[in-house]
Amino acid sequence: MLHTPTTEAQACAVVASIVEARVPLAIRGGGTRTGLGRPDNAVSTITSAGLTGITLYEPSEMVIGAKAGTPLKLIEETLAARGQMLPFEPMDHRALLGTEGEPTIGAIAAGNISGPRRINAGAARDSLIGIKLINGRGELVKSGGRVMKNVTGLDLVKLVAGSFGTLGFLTEVTFRVLPRPERIVTLIWEDLADEAAVALLSGALGSPFEPMAAAHLPAGIGAEEPRTLLRLENFSASISYRAAELARLLKAHGRPELVEGRASDALWREVRDASFFAGTQEAVWRLSLAPTNGPRATAAIARTVPGARWFYDWGGGLIWLAVPVDGEAGAAAIRAALKPLGGHATLVRAPDAVRAAVPVFEPLSEPLMRVTAGIKKSFDPEGIFEPGRMYAGI
Amino acid sequence: MSAIAFPVPDAGILARRDAIIAGLAGLVAPDALITSEDERRPYETDALTAYRRMPLAVVLPSTTQEVAAVLRYCGEQGVPVVPRGAGTSLAGGAIPQEDAVVIGVSKMNRILEIDYANRVAKVQAGVTNLAVTGAVSADGFFYAPDPSSQLACSIGGNIGMNSGGAHCLKYGVTTNNVLGVTLVMLDGSIVEIGGGHLDAPGYDLLGLIIGSEGQLGIVTEATVRILRSAEGARPVLFGFPTSVEAGAAVAAIIGAGIIPVAMEFMDKPAIEICEAFAHAGYPMDCGALLIIEVEGSEAEMDAQLARIVAIAREHGVGTVKESKSAMETAAIWKGRKSAFGATGRIADYICMDGTIPTGQLPFVLERMDEIIKGYGLRVANVFHAGDGNLHPLILYNCNDPIEAQKAEDAGNDILKLCVEVGGCLTGEHGVGIEKRDLMTVQFNEADLHQQQRVRAVFDPRWLLNPAKVFPLEGRIAA
Ligand SMILES: Cc1cc2nc3c(=O)[nH]c(=O)nc-3n(C[C@H](O)[C@H](O)[C@H](O)COP(=O)(O)OP(=O)(O)OC[C@H]3O[C@@H](n4cnc5c(N)ncnc54)[C@H](O)[C@@H]3O)c2cc1C
Ligand SMILES: Cc1cc2nc3c(=O)[nH]c(=O)nc-3n(C[C@H](O)[C@H](O)[C@H](O)COP(=O)(O)OP(=O)(O)OC[C@H]3O[C@@H](n4cnc5c(N)ncnc54)[C@H](O)[C@@H]3O)c2cc1C
Repeated sequence: MLHTPTTEAQACAVVASIVEARVPLAIRGGGTRTGLGRPDNAVSTITSAGLTGITLYEPSEMVIGAKAGTPLKLIEETLAARGQMLPFEPMDHRALLGTEGEPTIGAIAAGNISGPRRINAGAARDSLIGIKLINGRGELVKSGGRVMKNVTGLDLVKLVAGSFGTLGFLTEVTFRVLPRPERIVTLIWEDLADEAAVALLSGALGSPFEPMAAAHLPAGIGAEEPRTLLRLENFSASISYRAAELARLLKAHGRPELVEGRASDALWREVRDASFFAGTQEAVWRLSLAPTNGPRATAAIARTVPGARWFYDWGGGLIWLAVPVDGEAGAAAIRAALKPLGGHATLVRAPDAVRAAVPVFEPLSEPLMRVTAGIKKSFDPEGIFEPGRMYAGI
Repeated sequence: MSAIAFPVPDAGILARRDAIIAGLAGLVAPDALITSEDERRPYETDALTAYRRMPLAVVLPSTTQEVAAVLRYCGEQGVPVVPRGAGTSLAGGAIPQEDAVVIGVSKMNRILEIDYANRVAKVQAGVTNLAVTGAVSADGFFYAPDPSSQLACSIGGNIGMNSGGAHCLKYGVTTNNVLGVTLVMLDGSIVEIGGGHLDAPGYDLLGLIIGSEGQLGIVTEATVRILRSAEGARPVLFGFPTSVEAGAAVAAIIGAGIIPVAMEFMDKPAIEICEAFAHAGYPMDCGALLIIEVEGSEAEMDAQLARIVAIAREHGVGTVKESKSAMETAAIWKGRKSAFGATGRIADYICMDGTIPTGQLPFVLERMDEIIKGYGLRVANVFHAGDGNLHPLILYNCNDPIEAQKAEDAGNDILKLCVEVGGCLTGEHGVGIEKRDLMTVQFNEADLHQQQRVRAVFDPRWLLNPAKVFPLEGRIAA
């Protein structure tokens, strides 16, 4: 059954009735990321589609608030009209997951969905400053608020960011925003091997010239030749200066080409959305680790998982990895490769059978799993919200 | 002052003091256990010195394993624990209670690893905030959160309070700059949360731990982000006739798409106090001062400043004075960062820490003035203007109990005002005991119960820093 509440009170009543019936409840925003996490076994669904609209926008305070079902597109257009943007460049999962529909701002919060700017401007969780959520007691709970500096009480905002609906149904979210830069350019170096490319990115990110995004696309990812990308965002005069300084600093790696405008935007959209892997039959993983360990991890994976392809974002600290689906989509080999290096792997795209058989999120140590189960129970004592989406039995 | 209540000490624990001390003595090196009254005295308060409680004992472990052994023991014995860094909390977050053992991390003060290629440093929790920057500054790097107390306060305490500083407008507060912690839980288990990578798997426990005020466990190590310093930085002083113009200029600068590294506000009393202390060259003929810092190459700073000055002129700025040397820059920041200490030289004060939506600034300043005058007191205002985090310093005489009570009441009225206009009780100092009983102004019962249920996952018996954050009445355990 699909519930579409149009007020917070209705949403509380829906959740209360589900708690009463003790049936699993799926939460849906725009449904564009339905394949994320472990496949669900919910019989009822609640959608935020009836909860829409911007509730607060103060450009001079750099803050925007909206009901959870508000399309991301509306938020982005509203901000753009006043020369602002969400700081964390949220990824659009539709191409990669082959889904349709309109992504919602609530799901961006619930999934802590971030993009290339994350290395400099933080993740969605860093900009999320307030939430309202209906917990598994049918109570409306608020945490945070509309101001950036706020340390009042336990930070439940962070806990809920990235909990994929397992802790409750978000009705409203508030984000901090930033001004759009005057000018954006991308510097592209060609022909670097992974190790050299990550060294280049580390050098740039450790320089005073503040690259806002840093990625490496090995050969065959979107082009024949490997490409190493740095994105600068700033006032126009600064861009010319900083691009020249970076080229000088990194001259051992060759001379970069400078692109801007549509070509630059399109390239970063592909990086953000991992759309190099759209429409293929491969399983797709997302690996988070210390940047300089990136090339070591991929080298180890290449030895044990034939057919693996990858590219790097976040200066090398985020690896998008596509592998053949057969069996368990390389899960054991991938996680074994990360073991000595630190970091973790999340299975983002795979057929239901694989996602049911393989831990989609990195298994946690025993004490942390206990804490995780306890937190789930503290929000959702009957276990109705998206049971098992993140971890089996939670 | 005595308005804030502490829990009644557990007589059973007090009676067992000798046995508890004997038990602790078996777990740590002899010089790590402090029991004599004289040596315990420095631990009876923090920077909220109006309140003091002598702890049962103080333990200063040197290793994570020692912390684990002590915490497990206290958990088994049902003895409350108060985690402590450097004891600079302004909210009374580190004040002990008579039946509690203080576990201080001050001996764990080593920098363990610096990794420039990945831009992280691993440090023990007792390292001071400034020591992290000190360890990497020769190589051009820094640790961004810069509380004014940075010379003394510890990374563990910064994590406890999610501390901020003047430069967090651009670089964020503690929670945006810590990638991982080693946490010892009440049962003695040691867990690693996060690490050298940007996103930890599962729920964001790191985000929960940061700002949890010692209620969820003891942090013994942290992996923090270090950033490359800008090529140059230049603070500029802008003197405005009144705070209304200064507030409007701040909004206009942000509205124009400019985010300076720092935008700090001082009113006339604060300017006078800080100038007398630091001789920073602050303009004395203005009603409100903004310190705005820009970063980058010389040309970039010139360009950004030109934009800012143009906006300030539209808002009636009087004096504009750029720092011309590293010495002037140091003096300008010394004046601002010693605002609390300098105030302490002329009067006793309590420091408020509410945040407001910046658009409410003129209204709040006016109302605050009325509140303070209504109590017959004086106030000096310094605050982080870019993000609306106010620090009214309410001046009073601590030897006059009636005035002290008035100061506390005035502070409470101001914090209620912050919440009324859409802000919050505390922007960076934490709730501690100080704002504990005001939590019901900002949160309703469902909000507070959800927080307490999360707390109970880590500490179902209210043993970890139990007198803090939540009103003593109406607490739940699970
Ligand atoms: C790690 C992972 C792997 C996946 N892999 C696949 C796959 O291989 N194939 C596939 O087809 N799909 C996959 N999905 C997709 C997924 O299950 C949904 O299709 C997708 O979540 C829809 O995004 P949206 O607004 O369009 O929000 P939704 O897709 O509707 O929601 C995104 C997430 O946010 C939560 N959410 C949304 N709104 C709220 C709210 N108001 N309050 C609280 N929580 C909310 C949802 O519960 C969901 O977890 C995967 C998802 C994850 C997380
Ligand atoms: C003059 C002055 C200026 C200040 N300026 C600022 C400022 O600009 N910005 C700002 O944010 N704050 C400021 N403060 C407040 C204070 O310095 C900060 O809150 C600081 O982070 C406290 O650190 P500490 O090491 O002294 O911690 P403590 O005061 O010892 O403890 C603070 C809290 O953290 C907990 N804690 C301590 N260590 C640990 C640990 N290892 N594990 C778990 N919990 C722990 C304690 O239980 C307590 O709740 C200022 C204080 C003073 C006196």
